[in-house]
Amino acid sequence: MNLTLKVWRQANTTTRGSFETYPIADVSPDMSFLEMMDVLNEELIQKGIDPIAFDHDCREGICGMCSMFINGEAHGPDRLVTTCQLHMRKFKDGDTITIEPFRAKAFPVVKDLAVDRSAFDRVQHAGGFISVNTSGNTQDANAITIEKHDADRAFDAATCIGCGACVATCKNASAMLFVSAKVSQYALLPQGKVEATDRVLNMVKQMDEEGFGNCTNTGACEVECPKGISLENIARMNREYLTASIKG
Amino acid sequence: MGTLNSNIPKGPLSDKWTQHKSNINLVSPANKRLIDVIVVGTGLAGASASATLAELGYNVKTFCFQDSPRRAHSIAAQGGINAAKNYQGDGDSTYRLFYDTIKGGDYRSREANVHRLAEVSANIIDQCVAQGVPFARDYGGLLDNRSFGGVLVSRTFYAKGQTGQQLLLGAYSAMNRQIGRGKIKMYNRHEMMDLVLVDGKARGIIARNLVTGKLERHGAHAVVIASGGYGNVFFLSTNAMGSNVSASWKIHKKGAHFANPCFTQIHPTCIPVSGDHQSKLTLMSESLRNDGRIWVPKKIEDAKAIREGRLKPTELAEEDRDYYLERRYPAFGNLVPRDVASRAAKERCDAGFGVNKTGEAVYLDFAAAIVRYGKEEAHVKGLDENDAQLVKKLGQEIVRSKYGNLFQMYEKIVDQNPYETPMMIYPAVHYTMGGVWVDYNLMTSIPGCYAIGEANFSDHGANRLGASALMQGLADGYFVLPYTIGDYLADDIRTGTIATDTPEFDTAEKEVQDRLEAFINNDGKNSVDYYHKKLGKIMWNKCGMSRNEKDLKEAMTEIKELREDFYKNVKVPGGLDEFNEQLAKAGRVADFLELGELFAKDALERNESCGGHFREESQTPEGEALRDDENFTFVSAWEYNVEPAKAKLHKEALNYEEIEVKTRSYK
Amino acid sequence: MALSGLFLVVFLGQHFTINLASVVSKDSFNELSHFMGNNPLVQFILQPILIFGVVFHFIMGFILELQNRAARANKYGSYKGSANASWMSRNMILSGAVILSFLGLHFYDFWVPEMNYKYFEVLPEDPTRYYEELVHKFVSPVRVGLYVVSFFFLALHLLHGFGSSFQSMGINNKYTPAIKTFTKIYAIAIPAGFVFIALFHHFNAL
Repeated sequence: MNLTLKVWRQANTTTRGSFETYPIADVSPDMSFLEMMDVLNEELIQKGIDPIAFDHDCREGICGMCSMFINGEAHGPDRLVTTCQLHMRKFKDGDTITIEPFRAKAFPVVKDLAVDRSAFDRVQHAGGFISVNTSGNTQDANAITIEKHDADRAFDAATCIGCGACVATCKNASAMLFVSAKVSQYALLPQGKVEATDRVLNMVKQMDEEGFGNCTNTGACEVECPKGISLENIARMNREYLTASIKG
Repeated sequence: MGTLNSNIPKGPLSDKWTQHKSNINLVSPANKRLIDVIVVGTGLAGASASATLAELGYNVKTFCFQDSPRRAHSIAAQGGINAAKNYQGDGDSTYRLFYDTIKGGDYRSREANVHRLAEVSANIIDQCVAQGVPFARDYGGLLDNRSFGGVLVSRTFYAKGQTGQQLLLGAYSAMNRQIGRGKIKMYNRHEMMDLVLVDGKARGIIARNLVTGKLERHGAHAVVIASGGYGNVFFLSTNAMGSNVSASWKIHKKGAHFANPCFTQIHPTCIPVSGDHQSKLTLMSESLRNDGRIWVPKKIEDAKAIREGRLKPTELAEEDRDYYLERRYPAFGNLVPRDVASRAAKERCDAGFGVNKTGEAVYLDFAAAIVRYGKEEAHVKGLDENDAQLVKKLGQEIVRSKYGNLFQMYEKIVDQNPYETPMMIYPAVHYTMGGVWVDYNLMTSIPGCYAIGEANFSDHGANRLGASALMQGLADGYFVLPYTIGDYLADDIRTGTIATDTPEFDTAEKEVQDRLEAFINNDGKNSVDYYHKKLGKIMWNKCGMSRNEKDLKEAMTEIKELREDFYKNVKVPGGLDEFNEQLAKAGRVADFLELGELFAKDALERNESCGGHFREESQTPEGEALRDDENFTFVSAWEYNVEPAKAKLHKEALNYEEIEVKTRSYK
Repeated sequence: MALSGLFLVVFLGQHFTINLASVVSKDSFNELSHFMGNNPLVQFILQPILIFGVVFHFIMGFILELQNRAARANKYGSYKGSANASWMSRNMILSGAVILSFLGLHFYDFWVPEMNYKYFEVLPEDPTRYYEELVHKFVSPVRVGLYVVSFFFLALHLLHGFGSSFQSMGINNKYTPAIKTFTKIYAIAIPAGFVFIALFHHFNAL
């Protein structure tokens, strides 16, 4: 396949960026999107052009590091995949593909397609944990029984990979799906209920301070989430937040 | 460097750890506040160690090259984590886990370390559940287990196919709590460039801020390396793109011995290579071998027809299939350890029975499991067990609930539906048992420098059993290092903050700066990846699943030549003071180019077959691996000596007190 | 947003019921209108609450919109919103603005004269005047046209807003599909009903 790539280039956080156009030839449909980018970068290096910076690591869809906005969608046109698991067979010969970084005020561009998502980390520092010492001197694991459905739903929420596609795709750049996934995981488990009030208040406060937008329930995040995290989690967090606010 | 002292405590094996903990020095809570510890890496080992050290009261500085600690590659571990809980009541015990691990490692691991690992394994599960890790549960609300290769009990705890993710996020959450409290200072997008020694002790690191390109000095009373394995020396592996040996290699160059570099695990169930553009390989969890049957065609002409697309695997009659693992190893069948399964696949493909275009793939078939589960389900629901369509549908649902995410991943990559046609798999580099040599306290041969998790060598011998890596990473980080490091730091309570404006830091920083400038100013013609791919080819072809003297010698020469060419002709675009991925990569590949040669040298030196290391010169008439206990029951610990080929070998003899060393058999 | 929105949804239903009366019976419409216009509870407690609800809803709506726009200072070059969310959900501010301008017209048409009638000029109360006033307003085809367009946007606004308010209040469970279906029916039926009433009076007056 022969393709035209319109790629966002930006030297660093403070400079202004713009689109550059690069043609690429002989793309195999079996390539992953990032392998196609590798090939392009190899060509750019040979031509003496600065290669395109993009974040990536595990390339098997679990680390959450890759983060491209492809043809107007987070992680591109396929569903339930990260950019690294998007394959070129989803495109046609002759296509022009627009590639941008995830855009949000809370995710400043580091360079080209790489963005700084440390806002997510800071939200987690505010309460994304259960306050238990790591001494191992806890009760036996089977002393806490958890209903299978709750355990499964907690797991489903916990599979969030923190890639930021929800923020990138939301028209309001809201981080509600990400934050609610963590709040939900703990809210569903007896271990997490002990400090549920403080957790949700602190995490939401930090989320707001980071400059993410508000949730208007468009549902776009759920559609674009590579792990299919459900909107139910946002409702659960809203519930937790209301209860916590009333409690104080 | 002095002689190797593994510092194994005296006393009966099962009491060593308890007694050791009672006897070692402690640092008082008030004094811990005066002590700084650096941790490099935030995988299971690094994250759990950072969290625990901070919780104990030390000031921790943690570094990772990714944009967040949660990205570390432990996150990709799929199948599960072992623990001797015996919740299934199938005869498991600390001793049996210890025994299985030693045997699985083909009697090349350190007995005392492995026993300690088995002892603390149960605590890990308690700890993780308390932290909110959502392990799989049964309908009674209790924890569920599954079985993994090389063992006869079900002791593996899991969270669907994402156990590593859940455990890492658990450790990350423990870290977050300490970051929020200000006890851990986290440095994301920072790479450790070198270790700084003061009076022979590890006292800090030089790190590079990968965003600004600036070099930074960080002092500490101890440095912990938790930077994972070096599988990416093969270019293609199941490791993450950024996984590298650099932190381990830098400390090796400063005096830490590197142990058993040739012990590499080639995982049998990975998605085969599809073309030259391939950047990494994807693992399909070993748990699939619980239900999948591995086969190739019995007749070579069928294999040829399949390769050419004239025949579909589903069309091949049962009697024309060779379930070679079940044939060769009736006792363990498809659940033989990884090294055995990998070599058997290679043997069949080398003999011409491979099934994809490249001839390097075998089938992993779920058809039988789908029928078996479907019939069970039909029976439970009181439906017709003889309705093939219904049985298939019910069976597929069960298989989906067990392995759904893996099947989906396979379909996305290969574009074939594994519910309908067998998966194609081939072995790929996955884990490195070798690593930085450490003593019982996990301290390297540099005082004050520790190595934990996959970065060290101690627990898995020549082959790691499935679901043991997660166990070791968390055991080291949560329950071993935080105790043993106190023994060393107890002498440092009066040292005060480590100053970084000293000649030692000046020299170290200057060296790093010079190295980076040399890359930028090199003005060569080949990209970094060009060299990495070439190195990978040499490693795979000559130091891969099957090794011999001639190939290994050639590999050493070729790697040396490639390294020299690299320094002459590598082209690194961009500048020093900016986000420059190619520059970061150049430094990592430079280290791989040295490690690769030592790897080949180690493999050459070890003229026996054990675990993942198979020397063609040392095999039984049936082609099984043949160990040489008389001459090789030792750990090869290599001392740096400028040229990898001239590295000095130290042997740590392995003494087995509790275990009778036997031939490993899975027949 | 959710609470004020739901409150307005309830008000809308009540308003519709009274308007519908105008189609059925002139007298009962006059009776109801008289009650609403002269009952002190309605006039001095419910009416201010309603006004507060409306004002709060649109001010908050605009504040949220401003915050949300600020959350993405640099826009995408290519953004395919239709791939993952409905037009209604993405354009609440637009449909909201249309409804707000309609409210302006509506106040000008009914509320301002009414307040004037009652509280400024203090004209004598005539319990039968309401129906005639109503019919009179629907004579102009332009006004009826604006009315129809506005209610089309109200339907779009409700199609997302009604169901969405439950999600915001933390309700997303096995009843959610039922709530969504009800939302759809309500969001289409009520505005359609209003439009029907307008057209009914318009064509009756011809």
